[in-house]
Amino acid sequence: MTDPLIELRDVGKQYRNIIALHGISLRVGGGEVTCVLGDNGAGKSTLIKIMAGLHRQSEGTLLVDGEEVVLSSPREALDRGIATVYQDLAVVSLMPVWRNFFLGSELYRGVWPARSLRVEEMRATTKSELAKMGIDLPDVDAPIGTLSGGQRQCVAIARAVFFGARVLILDEPTAALGVRQSGVVLRYIAAARDAGFGVVFITHNPHHAFLVGDHFVLLNRGRMRLDCTRAEITLDELTQQMAGGDELTALEQELQRTGT
Amino acid sequence: MTQTRVAGPPAVADERIEHVAPLRRLLVRPEAGSLLGAVLIFAFFFVMADSFRKPESLANVLYFSSTIGIMAVAVALLMIGGEFDLSAGVAVTTASLVAAMLAYQFTLNVWVGALVSLVVALAIGFLNGYLVVRTGIPSFLITLGTFLMLQGLNLAVTKLLTGAVATDDISDMAGFGSAKRIFASEWDIGRVSVKITVLWWIVTVVFATWLLMRTRVGNWIFAAGGNADSARAVGVPVTRVKIGLFMGVAFLAWFTGMHLLFSFNTVQSGEGVGKEFLYIIAAVIGGVLLTGGYGTAVGSAIGALIFGMTYSGIILAGWNPDWFKFFLGIMLLLATVMNAWVRNYAARR
Repeated sequence: MTDPLIELRDVGKQYRNIIALHGISLRVGGGEVTCVLGDNGAGKSTLIKIMAGLHRQSEGTLLVDGEEVVLSSPREALDRGIATVYQDLAVVSLMPVWRNFFLGSELYRGVWPARSLRVEEMRATTKSELAKMGIDLPDVDAPIGTLSGGQRQCVAIARAVFFGARVLILDEPTAALGVRQSGVVLRYIAAARDAGFGVVFITHNPHHAFLVGDHFVLLNRGRMRLDCTRAEITLDELTQQMAGGDELTALEQELQRTGT
Repeated sequence: MTQTRVAGPPAVADERIEHVAPLRRLLVRPEAGSLLGAVLIFAFFFVMADSFRKPESLANVLYFSSTIGIMAVAVALLMIGGEFDLSAGVAVTTASLVAAMLAYQFTLNVWVGALVSLVVALAIGFLNGYLVVRTGIPSFLITLGTFLMLQGLNLAVTKLLTGAVATDDISDMAGFGSAKRIFASEWDIGRVSVKITVLWWIVTVVFATWLLMRTRVGNWIFAAGGNADSARAVGVPVTRVKIGLFMGVAFLAWFTGMHLLFSFNTVQSGEGVGKEFLYIIAAVIGGVLLTGGYGTAVGSAIGALIFGMTYSGIILAGWNPDWFKFFLGIMLLLATVMNAWVRNYAARR
């Protein structure tokens, strides 16, 4: 394993008297996909928020490039090359694709107060950056809301890549998508991995995780229940673990009885 | 270890974009519907009222439109940014009252009054914005509160200081001449005299259009109104943008207040109530989306122009001006239905 881009050592998070996360250790290396799986309420969101700089961990340490850091804002995480793409927070649907692409990091010329946007350049860059990733858009002036869900996620990821991210944290990018659209996003994740990015792929779909993942971490009730590499586990085992192992077997039997 | 490596499909350049009909291209503009409406209303009064065709009438229409239009620009920007300001109408009166009474009571140069009034107006705008972003309570309620407060203050403080419902005439005070030249003069073009507010209105619309379409702040305004959480997640200072927009409304309220003060020399303390809706109506007729994130400054100008044409058109056609509000209501309904239709049509592609 190469030197990790992000490393978590025994990280935990407490909200008043509620322990949301405890004893999480995680290494995210370049060129590999770390999948974080877990059911609703397992602590996935809290984990993302710590890595994205939205929340500070209440115990343990966070290392970026081997250096211990405390992320105080999403901006700081971005400056360190950690970009988070949220499932539902990705884009502003009424705005054109290119305005979304450069939102918050617009290119401009001139000195204040006469600064104006370099519109043509931004349009062209958006088109070429998306084309590089295999997304072919006829019109970058179209409102991004007219794009499919998968394409919207991809624009958000392409944006993070273009602005110098080295680690991509993807929060359930396939959760709201159909099979074909999920394929678009998974293909993109694989492309990002091959390009040397560290990817943290948060999902509750073991099938999607197994298609692209190198390393699997399963969270349950705020703790790590599973931490293994691709070689150590099969899809069936992963699904089984994910669904709660014995609980699933019990459920299966129960439903079979009532079904017949 | 098996890896499912899938290369992205090759990008193919195509010209699907060219198939969008020019008419549709025009129709997707937010202000398209209102432009059509403005042309129809102009044609209607052009035919119905002889005196509407005179150049002086046109100058009058432009003047009426500009008194609403200057504020409508700021209100449109605020609405694109996702907020309302119901205190905008009475804030205009507050601005002129502060300037008039301060200058008169302390016998100051009117410019001093105007500058203090500017500070007061900006403070009101800041307070509106700060309360909205800080509490997260809808701006409709916050500014309804400040609307009532300002309305009460306007009446009560004026009564307290002057013992009447209007301020004293300040036209013989120092600095009045120069202030009038800036805020309320008129120049002659041929035989027609045009009020300076028309010029300021055009300047405001041009500036706001540049701000919206060609600056970072413009991008942030659209984003703040369209999806504030997304905007925040990519580093847009949503809080500052929104407070800035409220202060923008306050600035133009001050400007409009100064115009009223220096053209009438005195201010009625009960003025301004109901005007806030005219600004919002102008913006909405011009295609600004009520829920934010969509619209143009030019649209608000067309909305204000529709207001001006209808207002003077009804008078010039010799009808009872009581009909004006009725027509304004019809226009608002038509505009909103038309805008919804246009947006659906544009989205189907």
